[in-house]
Amino acid sequence: MQKFTRRYIETAARILFFAAACVCVLCVALICVYLLASALPTIAKIGPLAFLGGSRWHPSAGEFGIFPMMIGSLYVTAGAVAFGVPVGLLTAVYLARFAKRRTAKVLRPLVSLMAGLPSILYGFFGLVVLVPLLRNLFGAGKSVLTASLLLGIMILPTIISVSESALRAVPAQHYEGALALGASHERSVFFVVLPAARSGVMASIVLGIGRAVGETMAVIMVAGNQATLPKSIVSGVRTMTANIVLEMGYATDLHREALIATAAVLFVFILLINLLLSLLRGRNA
Amino acid sequence: MKKRRLDVLSICLRWLTRGAALLTTGLVLFIVGYILFNGIPNLRPSLFAPKYTSDNVSMLPALVNTLFMTALSLLLAAPLGIFAAIYLVEYAGRGNRAVKVIRLAAETLAGIPSIVYGLFGMIFFVAALRWGYSLLAGAFTLAIMVLPLLMRTTEEALCAVPDSYREGSFGLGAGRLRTVFKIVLPAAVPGILAGVILAVGRIIGETAALVFTAGALEKLAQSPMRSAATLSVHMYHLSGEGLHIRQTYATAVVLMALVLGINGLSSFVANKMSKGGKH
Repeated sequence: MQKFTRRYIETAARILFFAAACVCVLCVALICVYLLASALPTIAKIGPLAFLGGSRWHPSAGEFGIFPMMIGSLYVTAGAVAFGVPVGLLTAVYLARFAKRRTAKVLRPLVSLMAGLPSILYGFFGLVVLVPLLRNLFGAGKSVLTASLLLGIMILPTIISVSESALRAVPAQHYEGALALGASHERSVFFVVLPAARSGVMASIVLGIGRAVGETMAVIMVAGNQATLPKSIVSGVRTMTANIVLEMGYATDLHREALIATAAVLFVFILLINLLLSLLRGRNA
Repeated sequence: MKKRRLDVLSICLRWLTRGAALLTTGLVLFIVGYILFNGIPNLRPSLFAPKYTSDNVSMLPALVNTLFMTALSLLLAAPLGIFAAIYLVEYAGRGNRAVKVIRLAAETLAGIPSIVYGLFGMIFFVAALRWGYSLLAGAFTLAIMVLPLLMRTTEEALCAVPDSYREGSFGLGAGRLRTVFKIVLPAAVPGILAGVILAVGRIIGETAALVFTAGALEKLAQSPMRSAATLSVHMYHLSGEGLHIRQTYATAVVLMALVLGINGLSSFVANKMSKGGKH
């Protein structure tokens, strides 16, 4: 009898744990269904071409083209990669192969501190420091450039920590072999170890891209948010994420649905980035 | 040993890495220092008045709301995340197809930007379930957001428990459930705790997922069904208005101190675990 209850409880526990594990599958399914179910009819109503390819966003006139916002997201993300990847990668190389133990012990907590800062704080920092600085330099404070710089700073910790562990995972033989062939420490690290770690480094860049595309609060505060195609690097820009937050508060009917559809497009972008990431990771393993 | 003479390229590369590391360090210290330097002189007792008014933008209601929001989200997410990790580590066999699907889902969740969570929360909890802008809708949204983080950290903590513990327990005749709760979980507590604290940091710092789920009512939430602005949302509105720049600096300091303190606590607990595991 006791044995029977015990087996019963064991089975119940197993089912409970399994159910808990299935919750995240359920969440992904719910998010997909609800976002896409609201977005697809809207996109069909506006017309896929007019929605994705239209370059005019005038909700009051019934024009819902998110092309400028897609390009905006693309520009600031590319800019963030241009600023963040070289600095982040070189810092990772420094941490993994150049820094003395004591230096690394100070630097590493600083990097994780940077990763922990909320995006609203970065945004505020950008607003009170970067915007006035760039206004003095280029005449326009809120621009593609400002947003790119700020996002570049924000993706640094991701790139540094993921690249560093990739660099550390490279077997010592690579480095030692290069040294034995007469290469200097620097040349061995940059021309042998770094190429060997490339799939991990690529993964860090893709992760950084994912973070930059999805960043909202910081970008809103420094990008200017004009819903037009940016003419130059110092003109204002609106990203897809900014578009949602700026107008969701008062949007109704088709306007509201168009914003939800914007989020769905963003979601699809992120899924593609995730797919790329798991492909990179799969090759790594 | 004779010091080798370096070629130009090597010297350049060395200085490049040093420069980058210096730039990173400088940036972190500058951001933190700038906010501290401008914020601390503006910390006034009036900013902690029990009531928020448009003249005195007190952060106390938002602070208390943040506390409620954190507690509620953790109450929802922590058991789920921990149980899910227990299933993945202790129950699921190797090559289980369900595990692959669950891991894929968790990875997908981890990559979703917070604004997408916010919109989903708005469509599902606020509109479809008719909860309105409320603490509860915000907490459910955040719970989904931190779930993958909790799962991953708990999984790592459970995997770090040596198999000999489990084998010893099974050898003494304990069942799987008893082994998990009496042997494995106690040994993994510091790691799990570090993950939970990390999740608290994420919840406190979150803005985009809350703007359209918990709303922006600057009042102490009387019930979970009321709208409530957390500290980050409060700060977003302050900096958007641009009228109370001093108070915004002060709020930024409090928010930063909270988040950094909590993250520091998490790594302290995690370090303790790795040291405790050695003996």
